[in-house]
Amino acid sequence: MDLSFTEEELAFQAEVREFLENNLPAEVKDRYQRGLHFDKEGQVRWQKILNEKGWMAPNWPKEYGGTGWTATQKYIFAQEMGRASAPPPMPFGVSMVGPVIYTFGNQEQKDYYLPRILNSDDWWCQGYSEPGSGSDLASLKTRADRDGDDYIVNGQKIWTSHAQHADMIFCLVRTDQDAKAQEGISFLLIDMKSPGITVRPIIGLDKEHTLNEVFFDDVRVPIANRVGEENKGWTYAKFLLGNERTSIARIAQSKLRVEHLHEIAASERVNGGLLNQDRDFMRKLTQIEVDLMALEYTELRMLSKIEKGEKLTAEPSLLKIKGSEIQQRLTELLVESLGMYGAAYESQAVREGRNDLNFAPDYAHGPMAEHLYLKAATIYGGSNEIQRNIISKMVLGL
Amino acid sequence: MDFELSEEQVLLKDSVDRFVQNNYGPEDRLKLSQTELGFSREHWKQMAELGWLGMAFSEEVGGFGGGAVEVMIMMESMGRGLVLEPFVSTVLLGGTLVAEAGNNEQIESVIPSVIEGETMLAFAYAEQQARFNLNDIETTATKSGDNYILNGTKIVVYHGATADKIVVSARTSGNSRDADGISLFLVDKDAAGLDIRGYATVDGQRAADIRFDNVSVPSSALLGEEGKAAPFIERVVDRAIGALCAEAVGAMSAANEITNEYLKTRSQFGVPIGKFQVLQHRMVDMYMEAEQSKSMSDMVAMKLDLGHDDDTRKAVSAAKAQIGKSAKFVGQQSVQLHGGMGMTDEYSIGHYFKRLTTIEMLFGNTDFHLDRFSSLS
Repeated sequence: MDLSFTEEELAFQAEVREFLENNLPAEVKDRYQRGLHFDKEGQVRWQKILNEKGWMAPNWPKEYGGTGWTATQKYIFAQEMGRASAPPPMPFGVSMVGPVIYTFGNQEQKDYYLPRILNSDDWWCQGYSEPGSGSDLASLKTRADRDGDDYIVNGQKIWTSHAQHADMIFCLVRTDQDAKAQEGISFLLIDMKSPGITVRPIIGLDKEHTLNEVFFDDVRVPIANRVGEENKGWTYAKFLLGNERTSIARIAQSKLRVEHLHEIAASERVNGGLLNQDRDFMRKLTQIEVDLMALEYTELRMLSKIEKGEKLTAEPSLLKIKGSEIQQRLTELLVESLGMYGAAYESQAVREGRNDLNFAPDYAHGPMAEHLYLKAATIYGGSNEIQRNIISKMVLGL
Repeated sequence: MDFELSEEQVLLKDSVDRFVQNNYGPEDRLKLSQTELGFSREHWKQMAELGWLGMAFSEEVGGFGGGAVEVMIMMESMGRGLVLEPFVSTVLLGGTLVAEAGNNEQIESVIPSVIEGETMLAFAYAEQQARFNLNDIETTATKSGDNYILNGTKIVVYHGATADKIVVSARTSGNSRDADGISLFLVDKDAAGLDIRGYATVDGQRAADIRFDNVSVPSSALLGEEGKAAPFIERVVDRAIGALCAEAVGAMSAANEITNEYLKTRSQFGVPIGKFQVLQHRMVDMYMEAEQSKSMSDMVAMKLDLGHDDDTRKAVSAAKAQIGKSAKFVGQQSVQLHGGMGMTDEYSIGHYFKRLTTIEMLFGNTDFHLDRFSSLS
């Protein structure tokens, strides 16, 4: 057992820090720091910078373009990204479908898609949930029927984040209508420009357009776009969800919010002093910081297990539950830190179009946007109720 | 002791319920909140015709002499529909301050017109450094001949951009946070030097930041005695808090009904999700929070009708703290139990969550009122 970094690790940390200082575009940093939704152009530009450096995919094996870092290096990298207010790459390509492709895909798929993911040539979205299939994902009804070398896909996906920007969607579809729910599902990669796909926006609580419905009406998809075996898609889907739950803990981002809260508390006034002298407020912030530290060391302990070749069971669910709860408590406290200005809220588009903004400090806009948007954090990626079921079953045997 | 409504009170409740039913379907409310005005002048006229705008005023000033209990009844029903019209801003805050602190001439010129639905008001009290302390006022009013000159910035003034007249608290003497030295002025929206910046609030309502840059008002704009406004403000705000508590109770009960119905109709794993014990218990907790809140809201309304002493103040803060906690829990869990549906702006449940979130904060959040409660003997 040893918590300290080696000389090499410290040198690596310095290298990452310096790189981020010199290469993170200022406007990308600013948006992320304030808690605003990214804009696609800036996000892609930033991801391409990371890729040029070879740092786009720390979690991928080296042979596919990963970094070959140790768990400690990955941890250092994530921490430095957070510290620099650098947004992590969009997860749909590099964290979700990428690992499915290099683990279960064929050579052709690996050769074609993986470099494009690394270079952000394709913007991916996730076709999992359906109107009737949320927590009970395996009940999904979108169907794919064989027709020569193609599947014909019909059905509907919902809650598809950023589908309006997407070039590709990875989709769970039913290829055997008669099999047991989990046994008739396949995993398809579908070009969003295919005829028969319609994307309809869903405006969220935050009055922003992040979510979508995606409709498939006789969409022709080459059988070659299926990853792995037909009807074995559920295995790949679960593999992907396990990965999603680890990255969903968002510890580095929560640390950034803690820091942001300290900054706001050092500027907001109360009772003739500063908010950071208010015991009630600071106790709440401190409690979150302690909980976040416990989560961080839990993640590190798990990473160390993985490093030693141990297999995890439901540990990612723990990270997801605790991480999302902390995210929500932080955004709630951020809103609270604004006092009355917590109530003032307009969508980013409306705000940017105004020439008569209110007199609120600059930092007052992002927190409510995040607070509203992150109500989804305990719902997406498998709701926290479902995660508790998983732990109860897989770890505790209940 | 009696928690039941009188016959007349039942009629009042039915009438507001009917209004909400007819005018505040979820889609109507969403559409209305997206208009530039953010509410309906048509509804406002109707409210005036039904006599609701005069309900909270005494008979001496031309009102119908209803008390905090009548206000509670109306606000609870309005809370169920998340009504957007500026009833609190115009009647309970601005109007009541004029009626209680103003002289006959001021009352004459404002209150009948408010009751008829002709004049809308707003109360500009909050300042950024003050958070929720009503006496933390840096806006100044300096006597200059027969006039007062106002300087300062008020923030998040609900309905401040649509009000015809603005009641503003300003310091005429003393240091910031002194109760002594606070005065109230009635300022016309067109006064020279006013910079009003209207915007939407997260709960679908409207607010404004208002900057006073050497705004000159005649001495006749002073409401009540110079420097003696603090007790009036505290009393009026305490009653407005009682009203907000009732609104929260209405909103919570509607949110719970909608969520309960969803648990019965949404199926996953072959059964309605309400069959899962973890969700049953969550729903039970939400129900209990709403029941406790209703008790506190009724209690505080009855106490407010008895007078305004430390016992009342403690009751107000206790109710606000308890209801703030419940409002947060019920609002957030309503969204959680709806899953993705809870995240959409098109569906009603998120709007209850958002309004409950702001109610928790308005006029002092839970921490503020726990503090105030413990500081009172």
